[in-house]
Amino acid sequence: MAGENPASTTEYIQHHLQNLVYGNHPDTGWGFAHSSQEAIDMGFWAIHVDSMAWSIGLGSLFCWMFLRAAKKAHTGVPAGWLNFVEMIVEFIDGQVKDSFHGRNKMVAPLALTIFVWIFLMNLMDLLPVDLIPSLLALTGVHFQKVVPSTDPNVTLGMALAVFVLMVYYSFKIKGTGFVKELTMHPFNHWAFIPINLFMETVGLLAKPFSLGLRLFGNMYAGEMIFILIATMFAGGAGAGLISGGLHAQLFGEETSALFWLAIFVLVVGVCWLNLKGKVSTGKTVLLCMAFMAIGGGVFALGGGLMQWSWAVFHILVITLQAFIFMVLTVVYLSMAHEDH
Amino acid sequence: MNINLTLFGQMVTFAFFVWFCMKFVWPVIIESMEERQKKIADGLDAADRALRDLELAQNKATDQMKEAKQEAAGIVDQANKRANQIVDEAKVQARTEGDRLKVAAEAEIEQEINRAKEELRTAVAGLALAGAEKVLEASIDDKANRALVDNLAAKL
Repeated sequence: MAGENPASTTEYIQHHLQNLVYGNHPDTGWGFAHSSQEAIDMGFWAIHVDSMAWSIGLGSLFCWMFLRAAKKAHTGVPAGWLNFVEMIVEFIDGQVKDSFHGRNKMVAPLALTIFVWIFLMNLMDLLPVDLIPSLLALTGVHFQKVVPSTDPNVTLGMALAVFVLMVYYSFKIKGTGFVKELTMHPFNHWAFIPINLFMETVGLLAKPFSLGLRLFGNMYAGEMIFILIATMFAGGAGAGLISGGLHAQLFGEETSALFWLAIFVLVVGVCWLNLKGKVSTGKTVLLCMAFMAIGGGVFALGGGLMQWSWAVFHILVITLQAFIFMVLTVVYLSMAHEDH
Repeated sequence: MNINLTLFGQMVTFAFFVWFCMKFVWPVIIESMEERQKKIADGLDAADRALRDLELAQNKATDQMKEAKQEAAGIVDQANKRANQIVDEAKVQARTEGDRLKVAAEAEIEQEINRAKEELRTAVAGLALAGAEKVLEASIDDKANRALVDNLAAKL
């Protein structure tokens, strides 16, 4: 799996959690890191190429799709894509109007960007964990994390950008009032200034960190569970007909991509026939499960069912996390705009 | 998992996308949506107004219809009255004309009677003369007797 077919489950998981890092290694100079240790040795002046590439790619996708809608925008009856975009825009606009009471032209577009972009980044979580890394491994790229929001750099980067905005608007709107808020807030006496400053600073800093770490934690945990479920498919390898299925019988410890491709084609074919109305839905589910069980044994069947149910649940999680990030950003900026 | 330059890279990327959205996406879509909202509101207003106008027009039409009916009824009444009047007038005229004709006819009849009487008188006088001539069988002086007989005839 993932190119080198890691011997143990731990290695497999660690491999999946390693970013593709480009940086200056003290021994080998500039280049891609070949192991986790090399990546750590590169220190701060290194960059996660996969996180950046996927997040920029998805952000560009967002910009391009919405720009297309904006170019088509008219006052007549909206249809198709424009309809969908307007639905999102109206939703964001309503949310911003509900929780943001200041006057700022930036907050609504900011909220839209955050919501859609984070949603797209989270959505990458629903792709099979091995799909893109395995394909890229064929071209010689050894590490690949396709979900940018499972990288704390990405989520904290966005949170810090929000933090910068918070501080900027606090100073812009409140001026010295902001300093007063930091120094005189809980206990209004000059003697308490150090205590006040400490408490307020912690409160202020907690906002971006909780914002970034919440998203990171949720997505990281979700990704982790997908990876753990993925190990189920390998669990039956070489374990006999019941637990390993036909695959274990035919290939033993080896992993055969072609065999799984055949199973995939069979499952997709049954689903397609169901959509065409040739096979009933109950039969479709049974047949898909049968293919999984015969092909990969009970472990593969269990993994398939778990992956399916976790993915369904995860659709809720990714939307919710994008929404929470967006709403909290708006709320924090709203607090920065409130003059006491 | 380690924190590195990606953090700043992400901040810059984020700022760029927010700027892009703020400049090219959000205002355009929101503007067109608001414009459409206004258009729809205007359209609904217009529809309401049209409905009210329609109601007013219907009321007006009903009123006019009623008025027209009343007018028509008045005209028919008047016409009937006038017709009766004309008939009455005609009756009166006819009666007077009839009376006049009757009087004229009566006068004519009177004249006829008088003329007939005159003729009769003349004829009687002739007949009497002829009778007397025959009776007397003598030649009586026509001139002397004529005055006598005429006198007699005038007495008839």
